[in-house]
Amino acid sequence: MITFPILSLLTFLPLVGVLFLLCIRGSEETVARNARATALLTSIFTFALSLYMYQNFDKTSADFQFVEQVAWLPGFNINYKMGIDGISIFFVLLSAFLTPICILASWESVTSRVKEYMISFLLLETMMIGMFCALDMVLFYIFFEGVLIPMFIIIGVWGGARRVYASFKFFLYTLLGSVLMLVAILALYRAFGTTDMIALTEVGVPEAMQKWIWLAFLASFAVKVPMWPVHTWLPDAHVEAPTAGSVILAGVLLKMGGYGFLRLSLPILPEASAYFTPLIFTLSVIAVIYTSLVALAQEDMKKLIAYSSVAHMGFVTLGIFTVNQQGVEGAMFQMLSHGIVSAALFLCVGVVYDRLHTREITRYGGLVKNMPRYAAVFMIFTMASVGLPGTSGFVGEFLVLAGLWQSSTVFTFLAATGVVLGAAYMLYLYRRVVFGELTKPDVKAMKDINPREIAIFAPLVVLVLWMGVYPSSVITPMAPSVARVIDHYHARNAAAETAKADAQKNNAAAQTSAEGKGDAE
Amino acid sequence: MKPFQAPELMPAFPEIFLAIVALFLIVLGVSRKEEDSTTVSNFSLFGLIAVAAVMCRFCNESFTTFGGMYITDSFAVYMKVLVLSGSAITIFMSARYMERQRISRFEYPVLILFSTMGMMLMISANDLMSLYMAIELQSLPLYVLAAMQRDNVKSTEAGLKYFVLGALSSGMLLYGASLIYGFTGATNFDAIAVALQAQDAVPLGVVTGMVLLLSGLAFKIAAVPFHMWTPDVYEGAPTSVTAFFAIVPKIAALALIVRVFMGPFEPMIDQWRQVVVLLAVASMAVGAVAAIAQHNIKRMLAYSSIGHMGFALVGLAAANEAGVKAIAIYAALYMLASIGTFAIVLMMKQKDRMVEDIRDLAGLAARQPMIALSMAIMMFSMAGIPPMAGFFGKLFVFQAAVDAGLYGLAVFGVVASVVSAFYYLRIIKVMYFDAAPDEGLDAATDGRLNTVLVLSSGAVLLFIILPAPLLGAASAAAAALFGG
Repeated sequence: MITFPILSLLTFLPLVGVLFLLCIRGSEETVARNARATALLTSIFTFALSLYMYQNFDKTSADFQFVEQVAWLPGFNINYKMGIDGISIFFVLLSAFLTPICILASWESVTSRVKEYMISFLLLETMMIGMFCALDMVLFYIFFEGVLIPMFIIIGVWGGARRVYASFKFFLYTLLGSVLMLVAILALYRAFGTTDMIALTEVGVPEAMQKWIWLAFLASFAVKVPMWPVHTWLPDAHVEAPTAGSVILAGVLLKMGGYGFLRLSLPILPEASAYFTPLIFTLSVIAVIYTSLVALAQEDMKKLIAYSSVAHMGFVTLGIFTVNQQGVEGAMFQMLSHGIVSAALFLCVGVVYDRLHTREITRYGGLVKNMPRYAAVFMIFTMASVGLPGTSGFVGEFLVLAGLWQSSTVFTFLAATGVVLGAAYMLYLYRRVVFGELTKPDVKAMKDINPREIAIFAPLVVLVLWMGVYPSSVITPMAPSVARVIDHYHARNAAAETAKADAQKNNAAAQTSAEGKGDAE
Repeated sequence: MKPFQAPELMPAFPEIFLAIVALFLIVLGVSRKEEDSTTVSNFSLFGLIAVAAVMCRFCNESFTTFGGMYITDSFAVYMKVLVLSGSAITIFMSARYMERQRISRFEYPVLILFSTMGMMLMISANDLMSLYMAIELQSLPLYVLAAMQRDNVKSTEAGLKYFVLGALSSGMLLYGASLIYGFTGATNFDAIAVALQAQDAVPLGVVTGMVLLLSGLAFKIAAVPFHMWTPDVYEGAPTSVTAFFAIVPKIAALALIVRVFMGPFEPMIDQWRQVVVLLAVASMAVGAVAAIAQHNIKRMLAYSSIGHMGFALVGLAAANEAGVKAIAIYAALYMLASIGTFAIVLMMKQKDRMVEDIRDLAGLAARQPMIALSMAIMMFSMAGIPPMAGFFGKLFVFQAAVDAGLYGLAVFGVVASVVSAFYYLRIIKVMYFDAAPDEGLDAATDGRLNTVLVLSSGAVLLFIILPAPLLGAASAAAAALFGG
């Protein structure tokens, strides 16, 4: 058992790197070189620390571990409280894992204002890890929103041609969703005098209030996930963001929405969640089918993958709201798998973008001839995205569909069409980029991936295959926590049902007795 | 005949001391016959800081004196310390600017001192008479300050406009005060409270008077629809004076509004709450929307301050202890961010000439990264983006509103804050995203401005990890108003 505050250390370690970065002086060349090295070292160290934490994590327990609590806003009963369970630990690992990859991926492609770039990424890492560790809703909200600042800068400064539009859209869209959550948090605080997430799961929020608060949470999480129809910021943000920005956006930021549903909506608002499940299912199925069709029509590689993200996240929301072991585990698995696969796909786009500076699909073709290694890597991730058995994508989708089958066969049928459509647009993309005639001279001149790029892709490939072949290494540690959430949800809903039935019975009894009295008179 | 009895002077010692300092500085300034005003501003700085320090140390108990016209308590001390530090920082950071604009006269710090004294009296007013006197004492120097740059048309226009509209607001205030006196037979706040509680239904005359009083005070904090003077006066007045206008008088007026409406008019909450909600909603909306169209940074900040006052009024609309506490916190954090922002506006010059267009900030991130970073921190803080300090100001204000059951107001407020985020982000966009033009801003050489900037951005960041001191002071202040 670890006695020192490892979660705070993990969260704020990147800030130490930021302090070092701020101190770097010298010519532009040296600053850039030192900034890259400092950022990489910091993020690798953070990742190592997160692995150490995972080592010490009790994988059989459903409780929150490494809990820290410090009084923070005196007079308000709002504390600095951190802790992780089997659900959040994987997101912490994912964030810590993707950050060094992002830094490595921007090694050569980012040449201007490198220091600021690295600072933004380390800040982003702090916010992401902090958000997944926070156990107080105000703290959670602060990290949740704080992510916007570095991401806004990353898109706006190092993005593509329409970066200003995309960065503003990203910022304001997400902000508008989140502020409603803030009001909901304050309403909970008013009613129960605490913002502690664990305490709030036990208080029993009145049903009418639950619905309002649930909708406010939905406004925030639906934008983050993103769910149809509030997904429109995502394609813009993805297309304009630099490669590493897209990687973090798809890899981690989208998971914040799913995590929010799992951590806040289901445990704190179980009855409202049950009430609104059909809404979530409908929106998710629309997302799966509609955005898959939209993806088929895209001419821009990044946009296509962005739409595929919306579709994949549709599976996640479906899985979460089935609220059974397979469904939720599948959603979790799908989030992790998508975090790695979509990140890798954006990196794949980044590789060819760095060489040809265009993302237009028709500008490519026949890459398999001059870039065979690249074609192989791209193939693995395409297959993972399609959900081929043996890759991580399959496990997630299969579990979600298996879980969903227990809730609704119709929705399962509709969602399963998304799998087919997913195969269509991904294979279509792969065919147009990698196969075909190698005719264009500039495409012919492109070189295969270099050792640095191989170093980036190797861990991703290993993970995707590992998770596909041996999924229980991920599912087993999370199972107790998932089971806790599910049991709590069903227990609370059952209790509410009984209470309602009792109330009805009492009413009826009261009525009969009143009638009886009337007769007697 | 009652023998004359001198009032207890000690509770009002800060104001008396400040008055003596100001009068002494007039004599000093006239007798020195120098262009240079350094001595006078140093003395006034010393005076302000000394008063603030003494007050922090000694004045935490509640006292009334001058026949109940003057009150001092923790709330007054908290607000006065804010006002005093705001004034001190304005004097501190405007020295070089005033020299460059060739308006560095000794009257400048002296007028600020007089105005500050007026504000302190406002905060301590416990009677309609002292309220009016204090407001006039703080306003008259402000009119002169706005027109400091005598040979500049815009500045004189600003002074005149401010004077005429200020006089109008004074008139409304006075009319309201006379109605209240007529219908309750008292001018003292405690007596008014007693008179109002004694009556079953509030007389219409008192309601009218109260609304007129509120309108007059709304002028002073530039709440919509009494905001029309703000953009023009902000733009026309010399920038250092604008900084003063934006920060200090608003805090004083806010404190006065809180004292009046949470004090004698507390029984009439149903009547004034709807007016305050209207003012808050209109201010937040106008502040958020109108600022979008501005190119002049001073005008933009004018609308931004209108919006901020709207947010602060949300705390008043809540009308509970949490609301007053939220206002106290909001005022302090607003001051902090405004000081930093105006320090940067005071730095904005090209080829030694002051510029005010937002586009002139283009490329600042590349040329002067630390200044751009500070500005970004200020803007994120003003927009209320966590984890910056400004977020907590909004958090507490909305918490108070939700606490009072004003969900609609809270939702409107957060949406307005999203809209207003747009123009704060635009400044960041200009600094960071836009290509640097050939001609950038001159390098910041003014040591005083740099100091202010470093301190204010440091404070905005420090608040995140160490909010306790400010929160503690604010709750003590709010408790003083409620616990008695």
